[in-house]
Formats: sequence, C-alpha cells, structure tokens
Amino acid sequence: MLKVEDLVVHYGGIQAVRGISFEVPDKSIVTLIGSNGAGKSTTLRSITGLVKPTSGKILFQDEDIVGKSTESIVGMGITMTPEGRRIFPNLTVLENIKVGAYLRKDDLKKDIEWVYSLFPRLEERSWQMAGTLSGGEQQMLCVARALMSRPKLLMMDEPSLGLAPLVVADIFSIIRKINEAGVTILLVEQNANLALQTADTGYVIETGAITLTGPGKELLNNEAVKKAYLGT
Amino acid sequence: MNVLIPSMEQFVQGIANALSLGSLYSLVAIGYTMVYGILRLINFAHGEVFMMAMYFVFYVTTLFQAPWYIAFIAGIVGIALLGIVIERAAYKPLRNAPRISVLISAIGVSYLLQNLAVVCFSGIPKQFPSVPLFQDVIIVGGVHIQRMVIIVPIITAILVAALLYLVNHTKMGIAMRAASRDFDTSRLMGINVNRVISITFCIGSLLAAVGAIMWGLKYPKIEPYVGVMPGLKCFIAAVLGGIGSIGGAVIGAFLLGFIEIMLVLFLPGLSGYKDAFAFVLLIIILLVKPTGLLGDKAGVDKA
Repeated sequence: MLKVEDLVVHYGGIQAVRGISFEVPDKSIVTLIGSNGAGKSTTLRSITGLVKPTSGKILFQDEDIVGKSTESIVGMGITMTPEGRRIFPNLTVLENIKVGAYLRKDDLKKDIEWVYSLFPRLEERSWQMAGTLSGGEQQMLCVARALMSRPKLLMMDEPSLGLAPLVVADIFSIIRKINEAGVTILLVEQNANLALQTADTGYVIETGAITLTGPGKELLNNEAVKKAYLGT
Repeated sequence: MNVLIPSMEQFVQGIANALSLGSLYSLVAIGYTMVYGILRLINFAHGEVFMMAMYFVFYVTTLFQAPWYIAFIAGIVGIALLGIVIERAAYKPLRNAPRISVLISAIGVSYLLQNLAVVCFSGIPKQFPSVPLFQDVIIVGGVHIQRMVIIVPIITAILVAALLYLVNHTKMGIAMRAASRDFDTSRLMGINVNRVISITFCIGSLLAAVGAIMWGLKYPKIEPYVGVMPGLKCFIAAVLGGIGSIGGAVIGAFLLGFIEIMLVLFLPGLSGYKDAFAFVLLIIILLVKPTGLLGDKAGVDKA
C-alpha cells in the first residue's frame, strides 16, 4: 500500500533521514522503532507532506505523492496522529471528532457511533472542551479524530508517549481492533516492546537510516534490539 | 473643569449615539481580533482598508453616477477582495518568517496604502456621498436623532450574529478555530489553511467596509489619513475586550463608545482629550489585565 524508496529529508539544517526504504503492505501493522532523533517523526511528516523531502519516492497505492499538498494526501486516504496528540483544545470533543472528517461530505453519524463505541469515555465528554481531557483521553480523541477521515493508512506517531502503562495497553488493543477493521497501520514508537508485539513487520531506524528489519516477533528476540531498545 | 449634568433628552441622545458609535467600532475591531486569532498578527493595515472603502464608495458614486446601494455593495465586495489581496501579497510569503517580520510588513502596507491614496486621490478631502435615508433626523420620544443612529446598531447586530453563527456552528467555523491553534494539525485534517486565512481576511475587511460606509455617512470627510484614528481606536477596543475573541471585540468596542460619548456629555471641558483618553485606557489595560476582558489566554501566551 505504501512504499518509501531512498527517502532523504533535511530538516532544520541537518540531514534527518538518510535514504531509507521500507514498505507497508495492505492491511498490515508496520512499526518503525528507534530512539529520539532517529528520524522517525520526520519520515511520517514527509509522508503527510508537512515536510518536503530532499529526494526519494513515496508511493501510495503506486502513485508518487511527493510534492502533493497535505490536504490532497489526506484526501487520498492517509492520516496521521501527531506526536504529542495535538488535539484542538479550544474545540469540544465532538467538534474535534467532526473536524477529522473535514474532507468528507457524506453522513458522519455511523462513524461517530463507531468511534464512540471504541472510546466510550469520549461520548460521555462530547460537550467538554478537549483541552480539559486527561492525557489518555486526549490520545483516544486523537485516534478517534484520525479515524473519522476513513483512512486507508493510519500513521501513529508515538501514541504511548507520556501515558500510564494501563492506558498504553488500552491504546494498543484499540490499534489491533482498528487494524482488524481493515485499516493499514504504520506505527512509530520508542516503546519497542509493545510496538514489536503488535506489529507484523518492524524496522529499526538509527540516525536516519534503517539498520534492521524483520517480523515483529523476530526482532523482539534479536540480541541487538534487546540490548538497544528493550533494556534486557 | 466642570461636570455638566445633561438633561434627560441629552442623556437619551447620548446613549443612542454611544450605541451607534460602539457598533461602528465593533465592525472594525472584529477584523483586528479575527486576524490576530488566526495569524497572531496585529494587522496595522486594517485602518487603511477602512479608508480605502470610503474612497471606493466615493469613486463608484461620482464616476459611475451609481445609486448609493450599488456603490455600497460594490465597496463592500471590492474591499473584501482588497483584504484577500493584501494577505496574499504581504503576509502569505512570510508565513514561516518570524512574527516580527509580518508585523513590519503590515506597517509597510499601511503606509503604502496611505501614500497611494495621497498620490492617486490627492490630499484634498472628498465628500462622502450623502444618503438621506440614513441621515434624516427623526424625533423619537422627543429626542432628535439621525435615522442611522438606529439603523447602525441593527445592521451590526445582524452581522455579528451571522458571524458568530459562522464561527460556532459551521464547518468553516470549526476549521477557523482549529487553524487558530495549530496550522500543521489542521492540514492533517485536510483543512486548506491558506484558504481559511483568506476567508478570515475577507470577512474582516468586509465588516470594516460596512463600518467605513456607516462612518462616512456620519463623518463625511474623506482624506488619506481618515482611517488612522478609527483604526487605532478599534485596535484599542479589540485589546480591551481581549484580542482573539470576537465577543470580546464587540464588548470592548461598545465600552469604548460609551466611555467616549459619556466623557463628552458629562465633562464637555475634556472632550478635546477624548482620543487621548482612549490611549490612556489602552495603557491601563496593558498594565492591569493584558489579556483583556474576555482574553484568550493561550493566544496571548503564544504571542
């Protein structure tokens, strides 16, 4: 579904991504793991068109999307939950959910019911200002908002960041549920353990280049990965 | 300095005038507050947009012998477009520049328009077309007032209600509020942020044009610097109410209108200082409550 080839991105004066290639097959969960500053977020931001790559190709359903505007990329069926959640604090929970479907002109009722069934807590708070939600609830809202565009590919940037372990487990079980509903997922994580358990395929990024790849379960048992990212 | 106790008629007349002046101020103040809300920019060219609206109506009336309503509509549409053009030409290229650059660009546009007006229209004052429908004096309960003193607040109320509906209950309004917090995340929602900004300038300029037309009917002298003082005062009104908040701009504008009119009414000896008084008020707000009455705290934090 998504194929990144030799992507090079300069960001803030440095070469943040140095020619990485990876592939996200249809209906799979793929994860990019790596430490802070490895270039994971920059990669996602290039795919959404928020950052312009220096060179390389990004093929989505065999169409090169480099150079397209973020709005048109979102319109093609790619969406992203940004790092740090970035919900709109000055909109209500329901308005945040609706703004996720900004490009759609059809009826949203069924989708709203669906995201409320995934996150019942959001329904209870639908009239609250989103800025008043707890961190975990904001992450749920962030995912719900992304789902409202009916994405084919959902990219998630550090969904576990700053959340309590129980909430993280919740979020990951929801990620599996979303995937079962037919959404392809590209997950960027520092929490390598959970990410690799969840993902079909994993890629390890270090200083802007891919150093290791393999099925999630295999990487979990890889000595180098264990040492660097799992702390065992 | 003597305190004058006005008669009942004078007082009622003063209230009516204050409502009308407050309405005029709100129409212009909303433009400042909306642009600030989305770009965190004090659009110093807003007063000149106001001035251009008066000239536009004047020339449509005199050159094409157009009836007043055609001239007014043409003026409003023309100035809404001018607002979009200013944004595209002077602010959009600086979207990723430091905010101070955009501010200086705004000051530049302001001087450019003033001087353009001197060159193109000359410094000799022009007379805004008169429209008896608005300017005739009527007697309501023994009080003599111009008809527009009643019409202006009604038009303002309708426009403000429509604007609040747009911002609070439509998709475009949600997009505007979203973009006012976070451009990148708004783009991820599929919002075309540049379009939202254009629409914001369009609405702000449109309201300023309506305000300018009403202003012209009340004070018919047009010259290249006619927008400076109303522009600054409406900026003060927006800060007073809490810049970034539309409700705040309206409240600030009415407060300023009332304070000015009441100052003239009760302390006629000080009426020459009424403009200075507005600036004193600005200094006091900035010292005491910089976020204004309905201040948008997050917006000010970012500033």
